[in-house]
Amino acid sequence: MIEVIGLTKYYGRFAAVKDVNFQVKAGEIVGFLGPNGAGKTTTMRILTCFTPASSGSVRVSGIDIAHDSMAVRRKIGYLPENVPLYNWMRVRGYLEFVTRAKGVPSSNRNQEIERVSKVVGIEDVQGKMIRWLSKGYRQRLGLAQALIGDPEIIILDEPTIGLDPRQIKEIRNLIKSFALNKTVILSSHILPEVSQICSRVIIINKGSIVAEDSPENLISGSGRTSRIQVSLRAPEHEATNLVQILRGVSSVKVLAPLQDGCSTLSVEAEKNLDVRPILARAIVEKEWELLELRSIDVSLEDVFLDLITEETIESRAEDNTTMGKEVA
Amino acid sequence: MHGLVAIFRKEMANFFVSPVAYAVIAIFLIIVGFFFWANVSLLSVISLQAANNPMFAERINLTDVVIRPLVQNMSIILLFLIPLLTMRLFSEEKKSGTIELLLTYPVNDFGIVMGKFLAPLSVLLVMMACTLSFLLIMAPLGSFDMGVFISSYLGIILMGSSFIAMGVFISSMTENQIIAGAISFGAALMFWMISWTSSFTGPTAGTIIRQVSILERLDSFLKGILVVSDVSFFVFFSAVFLFLTFRSIETQRWRG
Repeated sequence: MIEVIGLTKYYGRFAAVKDVNFQVKAGEIVGFLGPNGAGKTTTMRILTCFTPASSGSVRVSGIDIAHDSMAVRRKIGYLPENVPLYNWMRVRGYLEFVTRAKGVPSSNRNQEIERVSKVVGIEDVQGKMIRWLSKGYRQRLGLAQALIGDPEIIILDEPTIGLDPRQIKEIRNLIKSFALNKTVILSSHILPEVSQICSRVIIINKGSIVAEDSPENLISGSGRTSRIQVSLRAPEHEATNLVQILRGVSSVKVLAPLQDGCSTLSVEAEKNLDVRPILARAIVEKEWELLELRSIDVSLEDVFLDLITEETIESRAEDNTTMGKEVA
Repeated sequence: MHGLVAIFRKEMANFFVSPVAYAVIAIFLIIVGFFFWANVSLLSVISLQAANNPMFAERINLTDVVIRPLVQNMSIILLFLIPLLTMRLFSEEKKSGTIELLLTYPVNDFGIVMGKFLAPLSVLLVMMACTLSFLLIMAPLGSFDMGVFISSYLGIILMGSSFIAMGVFISSMTENQIIAGAISFGAALMFWMISWTSSFTGPTAGTIIRQVSILERLDSFLKGILVVSDVSFFVFFSAVFLFLTFRSIETQRWRG
């Protein structure tokens, strides 16, 4: 459906997006994940034909966006991050404007407005001024304008930003509901959101793709280690020493204790080996009191932070070597 | 084409919902109405004086005493009012970010620029159409040269479209409406008053300045003459600024 090859975008000398390659198949919901300023919005702006790429190519169902941008624009519905709407318009008037601008034939306009209003649930605010809409309704109206003209691809930039938890849930369900027969690309820096809605995640940092997989694979494939948190009544130092020498344990970190006289340790162990029974037995043999023993799930958040910090460390190392060369 | 129509209708709706158009039209009609009344009153006074001087009376007519000064005044009032119509056209969309959506709809840049140009032009036409009521008031007062009247109005509308095109272009350059308004007004004023310098700038510069001066270009229309070079000056002036607007939108796309 969407093929992106070697996409690069410079703003002046700053590369917002560097050599990005990815593909999106029809019917997928793909999430762009990345910290602010990672290049998510720029990538989306290129896909929606708002801004041209400096180099590289984007093909949407076989059509190059630089070649026939009008044809591509007809296939894409877009909701920018800050939901720009005409505040002085009424909801109905705005939707009429959008149907006209998107070239919906005049005989279908009312039908199209009613269809879309029903999908996003804004039938009861048709006569309201957009200025007076609540944030949740603004977001719905933003989605409505993206859906008008029944485009095959929907691109949403941070669709749930600034909403309250209930509204976030509603918008998510909305996206899921209309995503059944559409290709959706959405960006977010909220991780649970992406893992809930998306079938595939593309993690971007500093203009390049760092990882690309399903949320489940990212989580399971990420860590080389599993993490266990253990609390026991024993001197910190001795406990650390004991745990460290156990088979399969790769590192031990001291966390803040639960209460006085206790120690809490975070134990990293090999992935394929469950060290919990070994750990428990060792502690009991020492006749210490075991207060708590649980394994910590690696969340998408950890994966994300891991990937991004790895990147930064690597690039810093690179910087150092080049600096060294320059000095030499 | 559907895009041009959509944007034109949206801009017209904005002019009449945010009552910018009503305010501008009302101010225009009040001031123009004042000048019309003043000119007609002047005509009645000098007609009275001319009653016992037949030589002088022959030279008094509605065209010279009422229509020509009136249209001249209109051109100056429009100079002040047109920037108020054009200043928000692009800058408001840039500030609120709606331009991002507009530029991703299946509408070409030509449609966007033309839609935004034709809307204030239509407001100008409505404004000028309102002043046609002067014809009904003047008709019983005496005869006047309909040709001069028509060519003067044509001149005003062409001049107005030049200012509108320039205003649209300036609005596309900034996201601040006040800056767009101030620069449009200043630029229009410059083009209009530049002719005053032609008398002391030397023959070569003087000729060039007279060529670009809007005031000089309007003169032939007020005399009832349609000169090809003057008509084409205004058409070309508008076309150049619309083209520049088109390019300005394109560069902004690149900048993102």
